Amino acid sequence: MAYSDKVVDHFTNPRNMGSFKKDEEGVGTGMVGAPECGDVMKLQIKVQNDTIVDAKFKTFGCGSAIASSSLATEWLKGKTVEEAQKIKNTDIVQELNLPPVKIHCSVLAEDAIKAALADYQKKVDGALTDAK
Amino acid sequence: MKLPIFLDNHSTTPMDPRVLETMLPYFVEKFGNAASRNHAFGWAAEEAVENARKQIAKLIKADPKEIVFTSGATESDNLAIKGVVEMYKEKGDHIITSSTEHRAVLDTVKVLEGKGKATATYLPVDKFGMVSPEDVRKAITEKTILISIMLANNEIGTINPVKEIGKIAKGKGILFHCDATQGVGKIPVDVQDMGIDLMSFSAHKMYGPKGVGALYVRKKNPRVRITAQMDGGGHERGMRSGTLPVPLIVGFGKACELCEQEMAKDTTRLIAMRDRLEASITKNLEESYLNGHPTNRLPGNLNISFAYVEGESLLMGMKDIALSSGSACTSATLEPSYVLRALGVGTDLAHSSIRFGLGRFNTDDEIDYTIKKVIEIVTKLREMSPLYEMAKEGVDLKSVQWAAH
Repeated sequence: MAYSDKVVDHFTNPRNMGSFKKDEEGVGTGMVGAPECGDVMKLQIKVQNDTIVDAKFKTFGCGSAIASSSLATEWLKGKTVEEAQKIKNTDIVQELNLPPVKIHCSVLAEDAIKAALADYQKKVDGALTDAK
Repeated sequence: MKLPIFLDNHSTTPMDPRVLETMLPYFVEKFGNAASRNHAFGWAAEEAVENARKQIAKLIKADPKEIVFTSGATESDNLAIKGVVEMYKEKGDHIITSSTEHRAVLDTVKVLEGKGKATATYLPVDKFGMVSPEDVRKAITEKTILISIMLANNEIGTINPVKEIGKIAKGKGILFHCDATQGVGKIPVDVQDMGIDLMSFSAHKMYGPKGVGALYVRKKNPRVRITAQMDGGGHERGMRSGTLPVPLIVGFGKACELCEQEMAKDTTRLIAMRDRLEASITKNLEESYLNGHPTNRLPGNLNISFAYVEGESLLMGMKDIALSSGSACTSATLEPSYVLRALGVGTDLAHSSIRFGLGRFNTDDEIDYTIKKVIEIVTKLREMSPLYEMAKEGVDLKSVQWAAH
């Protein structure tokens, strides 16, 4: 199967590869997938004043899975939490020109975004409860 | 050294230039139909075919009359299994085969089962991928008419104890078919000594042309009969009709002759290169696991799982080396290799496997380059892998509740 130039580019030069400390303030972590299925994505966001100021990923998976998560971190940076909720897997499919057999990679990336946002929200809610 | 490097010699092999040379006159100049009995064109073609038949028979210690030409090993497997099931249906309908056979055998047996023409036992393999002759013996019933076990596996290269299985089959008077596609030309094959009654093999796996293969059909002790699956002019003693592809057959013959002459030399070279590749990789990369038998496997085969990285991404990172992976992402089914699964390799490690297939034309320089690239890409992808990070932090990955998707 031939890969699109954008997939190859993200795979060869992954953007924002790495990790934040999970307990760092403002960090939300999403981990989705399973080793048995051949892909696991970890996506992290760092939020300040409701804006995602930084994002990082680590992915175990095929080239398209790595590219999808790399692209997701690029798109997340600079977005507000609310804007980030609107990123759809179909946007990733279109941007990376993913073939039908690789659509699940984009779905996983969307799930990872949602999971990171939910984790961040849980932290915020927890902090509010503690304050009370 | 030229890029890309071909290290996928189990899928196919480059044709030996000496093979091509012998084939060339049979396209334009000597184009006759080997079945034309009444003129010089036909005679020349027939002579060439019979010469090739001798070369092929010699490699496997058979009589030339026992060679039936087909389009390749898939057709040979179909012809052997369907042909026996149809011919011997009065005797029984039970087939014994193994779970790591090539799809050409497994799917053929499944189709026969589906049509109610056969029942089958799929034997398990041990952790090295080997069939136990004792399991074969135990699986035999009064209805068993065929045992079909491969010589060497196409993914992990493990060589089965074919001779022992042949002996058991003979003792019980059951026919023994062997898919020897990966083995013929690479390791010594003797159909007499191994007690094989029917054997499939193919030219393009041994530096010959694509599109031609053979089925060995034993002529005496016992005389094996099969029902033809292709009807027509009654070629190949009625077992496989169709005009013979003379240039391909000539090439097949030459390929067999070269394999016979150069097997010892090729084997020594391949094992040295393969062992160096294996040692360098496993020494430099922790948690890289060999799949298959440590010693009893094809000279050119090396199958390794690299924990925490996925196979397709490994292939993508080594674009200038042609390799194959057991990862689901490289198959249409989204299931990782059934062969590795049958060995008891975990699904995660099956996704992480790479098959290196070395052949006659690989060089030491290519192996050096491959070693360097593999270490580079596995290290890079592990840096990128959340699983590697967790393992390094001391998390037991097996204890994690994954959200399967």
